[in-house]
Amino acid sequence: MSDRVDVVIVGAGPAGMTAAIKARELGAKSVVVLDEQTSAGGQIWRNIEHASRKISTILGPDYVAGAKVASAFRKANVDHIDGAMVWNITQDKVLNYVRHGKSYELHAKTVLLCTGAQERPFPIPGWTLPGVMTAGAAQVLLKGNGVAAAQPPVLIGCGPLLYLLCWQYLRAGIRVGAILDTTSARDYLQAIPDLGSAIRGWRYLKKGIALISEIKKEKIPFHRGVRDLKLSGDSHVSSVEFQCRGTTERIDTNLVFLHQGVVPNTQFTWALRAKHRWSEKQLCWIPDVDETGQLIGIEGIYVAGDGRGIVGANAAVYQGELAAVSALTKLGILSRRKGDDAIMHIRKKLSREVAVRPFLETVYKPQDENRIPVSDSVTVCRCEELKAGEIRQFVAEGCQGPNQAKSFGRCGMGPCQGRMCGLTVTELMARELGCSPTGVGYYRIRAPIKPITLAELATIEEFPSS
Amino acid sequence: MTQDLFIRLPDDSQDDTVSFSFNGEPLTAAKGMSVAAALLANGKHVFRHTPVSGAPRAPYCMMGVCFECLLEIDGVQNRQSCMTSVAQGMHVHSQDGGKDLSGQLINSELEENAQ
Amino acid sequence: MSTVVVGGGLVGSAIAYGLALQGETVTILDEGDVAFRASRGNFGLVWVQGKGDQHVQYASWSLQSARLWPRLAADLQRDAGIDVCLQQPGGYHICLSDDEMQERANKLSRIRENLDQPYDYQIYTASELKRILPEIGPDVVGASHTPYDGHVNPLLLLRALHKAAIVRGAAYRPNRKVLQIKHSGSSFRLETDSGDSFTTDKLVIAAGLSNRELAEQVDIYVPIKANQGQVLIGERCKHFLSAPTTYIRQTNEGTIQMGDSMADMGLDDRTQNEVISTIARRAIRTFPILGTLNLVRAWAALRIMSPDGLPIYQESRACPGAYVFTCHSGVTLAANHAYEISRWVFEGEQPDAARTFSNARFMEHSSS
Repeated sequence: MSDRVDVVIVGAGPAGMTAAIKARELGAKSVVVLDEQTSAGGQIWRNIEHASRKISTILGPDYVAGAKVASAFRKANVDHIDGAMVWNITQDKVLNYVRHGKSYELHAKTVLLCTGAQERPFPIPGWTLPGVMTAGAAQVLLKGNGVAAAQPPVLIGCGPLLYLLCWQYLRAGIRVGAILDTTSARDYLQAIPDLGSAIRGWRYLKKGIALISEIKKEKIPFHRGVRDLKLSGDSHVSSVEFQCRGTTERIDTNLVFLHQGVVPNTQFTWALRAKHRWSEKQLCWIPDVDETGQLIGIEGIYVAGDGRGIVGANAAVYQGELAAVSALTKLGILSRRKGDDAIMHIRKKLSREVAVRPFLETVYKPQDENRIPVSDSVTVCRCEELKAGEIRQFVAEGCQGPNQAKSFGRCGMGPCQGRMCGLTVTELMARELGCSPTGVGYYRIRAPIKPITLAELATIEEFPSS
Repeated sequence: MTQDLFIRLPDDSQDDTVSFSFNGEPLTAAKGMSVAAALLANGKHVFRHTPVSGAPRAPYCMMGVCFECLLEIDGVQNRQSCMTSVAQGMHVHSQDGGKDLSGQLINSELEENAQ
Repeated sequence: MSTVVVGGGLVGSAIAYGLALQGETVTILDEGDVAFRASRGNFGLVWVQGKGDQHVQYASWSLQSARLWPRLAADLQRDAGIDVCLQQPGGYHICLSDDEMQERANKLSRIRENLDQPYDYQIYTASELKRILPEIGPDVVGASHTPYDGHVNPLLLLRALHKAAIVRGAAYRPNRKVLQIKHSGSSFRLETDSGDSFTTDKLVIAAGLSNRELAEQVDIYVPIKANQGQVLIGERCKHFLSAPTTYIRQTNEGTIQMGDSMADMGLDDRTQNEVISTIARRAIRTFPILGTLNLVRAWAALRIMSPDGLPIYQESRACPGAYVFTCHSGVTLAANHAYEISRWVFEGEQPDAARTFSNARFMEHSSS
């Protein structure tokens, strides 16, 4: 049995990199970062170490800010294991990962889960057609591959990332066909109560307003309060129909980028049987953690970054520090007094960064009809091709929740393991059953957290000592 | 579709080019790109047909979450092409339907091929 | 006359369906969505081969159920409109060592000897097997085969039983975990965790792992324990395996299912790496092409195990009209449960074949 690693961090994005840097700085002897990607940066700072100057300029200052963190991460002398896909984690802090076709086992004293977020599903008619992708996908193509749209795409949905993508495309000299914004005037009105706290994050708001006015200057068709979205096409998307201000409109397009916010990646925390609560504000599951990010009821496992609620990169950095400080205090490497001091300090900075969130969450709340399909023919489970109507039928036949839905029709049993349909199924069933998402629950998530091959499972080696 | 959907932006970096094939057709891409990005940049719009209904699918999230970008890469089927870097001499094929176990090489043969 | 069935798993719903078919007024009380559902961890085999080595009536009970299964599948198709994908092409037990082969041959020979009806089986060498299952690996030594074995979609089966029972008039009440059973005169009163109560003349307890404590309340001794089964499920593949085997089968939709371990565990249904690694290794040794199979899910389902592994079917001696039915092979025995056991409850006449599964066999040896 090998010695336990002081700190094992899953994910090398803003939270993960910062936590690693901090842990080493504070004196952890062994810090291992298990990174699914081939190079550090996570999603927001994807490929930061290799991005060309041109791409970095296009992507903007928030992206470039990651270079400093990545550089500090490299200098911090942590064990950064790239291409490591974690497929199992236990409450006893044992992790299994696959790398280059082999499976390994690693024992930790502390674990920091910094696995970030994913795009919220956008189950509208036609969303499974080739040519329909997420705004995040467009950014991966740009950041990681230097690839951009050659035809003017239509951007559909709501949220800062959608406008950011449009702004980045403009900087790259690429035309955007149209923006179909599902945000309505009512959403702004409802967000007014949150404006007070948002003012604390005024820098963030200022940035957003500047972004939007630049987009408006380019005179890109901008439709507000869009409803009844429908994507059409045979083997590829060819048009989008929608309702706007009482009229039905249609735009021909072969490329659509959808976005209605991101949601925490909770596969690891569910697999750990951690408690989660449904957030009515964020419309997603949030793992129960204490003020430093430690999972309630599970000693020594922390969540930092978007994985514990969407907060953005700047806040993720502070949460990474917070978790690292708390972990090292618990390990006895940092004194209690120094630890408490540092935590207080970081939490102050963190609260400034998250001040704008309630406002954003209300303004950019994804519309009901784009989360819970109205039409029965919309595909909800993409892998097993189950439609909304079929899931409604399960409920009518006595199905009580998502796990029974798996039994009824293989919903959630495909390779994505519920990532693309989980939230939709929870909300859809709650609506049909007339109860809250809390009452309905979520899919039971188990290892393997991502599919691995039998050969990779057949032999599990002990973590190689560096 | 006669027009390309994606292009690789010309830039200042001097990335090497690699040659690979898709369904037998020779293609090139910048080294370091994911297979999915390389195919999209080469005008390939449909990646696979689902095992359930044969519906055409293509990448959706490009970050390993949606499992729509599944392809056969160098003899192994159902690989996430957005999580695999394109490499010189790679053979890529569309994934039509479920994995054909009998038609696929077993691990020892794959290891031999890799050497 | 009315019957309440406590438990909406494979055993409870099969019995409830059978009762509904006979015109009985039935109410099924079921727990919620994440109950320790043994039924959801089922492999799906309708299996006869190898059963009853120490207790030959179990072999005949299994054979009887396998023969009744097509009738159940047809009834479910008719009443629920669901095809549970029953296939009975015969099954293989594939052996990876000479010792395993010998033990297998001996076991089947013993069963055939003790059984009072024909028991057809064949032993194949590796080369003979290769002609039938070309994908077997070089480690395979041979296999045993009987024509009675088959498989079915266990999740569709559960759903179909629920639906068919309801269509036939059964009332299904979910989110009602029975907490207390009171017996007075000839009726039973049940209190559930949702606050409501049910009164009934006849009571069937088929609540899986809760059987022990519930049966105690009507004075039936049911010595069952949790037993952990592990099932690995691989992605959808083009069909290559036409018949089920003991540890590996390909489902109707093309997914590959592998299992099963018989480790004795407490109420912890988490998967264990060692066990699933073992299953993976065995699968690859049996069919090397499975090496590149992507594992999408792994179940660790809790099953119900009696001390001898056989069913316990018992009417309460102190409170007649209360029954408990529990077994490990809920899929194989579903047909018997739907027809034979339900008739026992409906008519009050215990079938001869079921007598051997009385709990009396444990009470002779029990201490305290």
